[in-house]
Amino acid sequence: MDFKDAYKWVNIEFMLEGFLVTLEVAAAAIALSFLVGCVAGTIRYMKIPVFSPIAAFLVELVRNLPLLLIIFFTMFALPEVGIKFGVVQSAIIALTVFESAMISEIVRSGLNSIPKGQVEAGRSAGLTPFQTLWHIVLPQGLRRMVPPLVSQFISLLKDTSLAVIIALPELMHNANIVIGHNFQTAIPALMLVAVLYFVVNYTLSLVSRRLENRMA
Amino acid sequence: MLDFSILTDNFGTYLTGFGKTAYASVLALAGSFLLGTLLAVFRITPVKPLQWIGTAYVEFIRNIPLLLVVYLFFLGLPSIGVVLSPFACGTLGLTVYTAAFIAEAVRAGILSVPKGQMEAARSSGLSYGATMRLVILPQAVKIVIPPLNNQFINLIKNSSILSVISGFDLMFYADRIASNTYVVFSTYIFAGMFYLLLTLPLSYATGWLERRLARNY
Amino acid sequence: MRKRNWLAIGLAMLALTVLTLAGCGKKEENNTGVASSSPSQSSSASPSGASAGGTPTLDAIKSRGKLVVGVKFDTRLFGLKDPSSGNVEGFDIDIAKGLAKELLGDESKLELKEVTSKTRIPMLDNGDIDLIIATMTITEERKQQVDFSDVYFKAGQSLLVKKGSPIQSVADIKKGTKVIGVKGSTSVKNIAEKAPDATVLEFDNYQDAFTALKAGQGDVLTTDNAILYGMASQDSNYEVVGGTFTDEPYGIAAKKGNADLVAFVNGYLKKLHDSGEYDKLYEKWIGATPIQ
Repeated sequence: MDFKDAYKWVNIEFMLEGFLVTLEVAAAAIALSFLVGCVAGTIRYMKIPVFSPIAAFLVELVRNLPLLLIIFFTMFALPEVGIKFGVVQSAIIALTVFESAMISEIVRSGLNSIPKGQVEAGRSAGLTPFQTLWHIVLPQGLRRMVPPLVSQFISLLKDTSLAVIIALPELMHNANIVIGHNFQTAIPALMLVAVLYFVVNYTLSLVSRRLENRMA
Repeated sequence: MLDFSILTDNFGTYLTGFGKTAYASVLALAGSFLLGTLLAVFRITPVKPLQWIGTAYVEFIRNIPLLLVVYLFFLGLPSIGVVLSPFACGTLGLTVYTAAFIAEAVRAGILSVPKGQMEAARSSGLSYGATMRLVILPQAVKIVIPPLNNQFINLIKNSSILSVISGFDLMFYADRIASNTYVVFSTYIFAGMFYLLLTLPLSYATGWLERRLARNY
Repeated sequence: MRKRNWLAIGLAMLALTVLTLAGCGKKEENNTGVASSSPSQSSSASPSGASAGGTPTLDAIKSRGKLVVGVKFDTRLFGLKDPSSGNVEGFDIDIAKGLAKELLGDESKLELKEVTSKTRIPMLDNGDIDLIIATMTITEERKQQVDFSDVYFKAGQSLLVKKGSPIQSVADIKKGTKVIGVKGSTSVKNIAEKAPDATVLEFDNYQDAFTALKAGQGDVLTTDNAILYGMASQDSNYEVVGGTFTDEPYGIAAKKGNADLVAFVNGYLKKLHDSGEYDKLYEKWIGATPIQ
């Protein structure tokens, strides 16, 4: 184990650069998958003919496939049918597709947890289904969704490391390059990767717990 | 659009990978169930040091990527002289990683059994271990099964990580077929179908179990 | 109070979304602005342009003011990213610099993007890159997918082993020997023919493959000799053995139909040979004079 070589400033800087890419790609995918997941989850919750079954089919399909396959598919298979993305876009799109399916399930069960009586009350008070959703169900449901949503975001951040297979210059990729230069840096370099992920994710989970407590 | 000759020409290859994926998943499930249950018991025992170990393990592993855990086995161990096969590294990595999630599911299951039962069993003379084994765990199992099933689905999906370290799983062979045939789209579609063959039944079973359990309350 | 709370969460979520989207949009502009402009221009213009003898691809690159080349970041002597300097260096890189200088008058008007054996053709197709200069062997199958320049480097497949290994040539690869290769490379296919009994482990790039060899995951690593010499020069515990057992002529690849770009590359390569500059480059990186 060569701690001295692994923790040379140039190597640390290089890995931090990679972590920045990890965070950027994860942030973009979190924002996009939150939007898509909310829409898909709400569509399934509202049981709209045609749309809800389609959403259900897509969500079930994606939820049961490995993310690695979706990344490969986006990067290498879609070009065959004329749909082409670069490395960064492929990573963001694949992560978004995969995590949206997960988030839509969180949103759906969050909405479902609101007693049906409230929906009926809203409807009989003259609100449209959409108004009922927007003013009554969503505000309450969203609060219950916060803890599972945050843990899904943590998953997403971790999953970004899989983009190493399409040579996205993220943290794991850069750590591999450092290890490639000197194999004895393997454990120290991987330890640094672990610490970086842990610090960010653990902070997120603490924030989630605090939110949960405040809202309870 | 789909080139079925890819499936028929490479059926044996797909099947080999499919078998390895299933094998790795089952091994890792068994391992992570044992380790996860142990960790869950650690976390709720009255013994402080065990609690610390359990909590530290779960919190640490849950917050780092699976790939990192696998690399620790695949690259970390050899750098201190221990070389395991890629398949072993992948399966061990999956086990260590999934155990943290199973520990949480099992702990939630155990905590859902009313405290009074523990007290009642203890005051009727059963030891802590016997109470756990005979009273608490059997009840917890019922509650734990749906989330456990979910973890198994995740495990199957996550086992594709073996392809990154040349673990000869389904994804690895899909890569090989794609680079031999230059037909990428169909190759991965069929690979996806093989994964669905494993995950979809489990997924439906989870839904069914959840509905059934909900009825029981 | 309840109402305000909910509003605050909503606003925070919205702010996060907008911020990250903005960040993402900006990034895409920086990184792949090239990608969005070049494929549309080259794909729409090149078929007619090629027949008319114009230079649509070259014009597009000139008006952009930057040549974008896909190179390896993990291959010593050809394209290696050095974490301590941040630079990418190697034979392929020098060729790319020369092309940028020839075309745009300045070798700094070059953008290098990392490719792997697996990602390079999709990236070329996407328009992410104008050219592949990444230890790419010219093969019949690949000719269906890309247009190749003339041969710019003659390599041959060979073997890398730890010093003192019983494996000294392809003939020593027996059943149960673990051979390490790179996904999507020709060497993996060749070794499956030359040594059908071997177990072939495949990794995503050369860096990971060599790391796996060092980790003791395989007995021998196989790829082109030129790349193996780079690995051996990095770690003196390893040596190249057994000579070459295939011919691997490297070519520079352009997207299919970009005839003007290929012609330009060929012109540059000829100039490089005629001026003797090529031999100097070869010596600088490989440490010998090229085999004629």
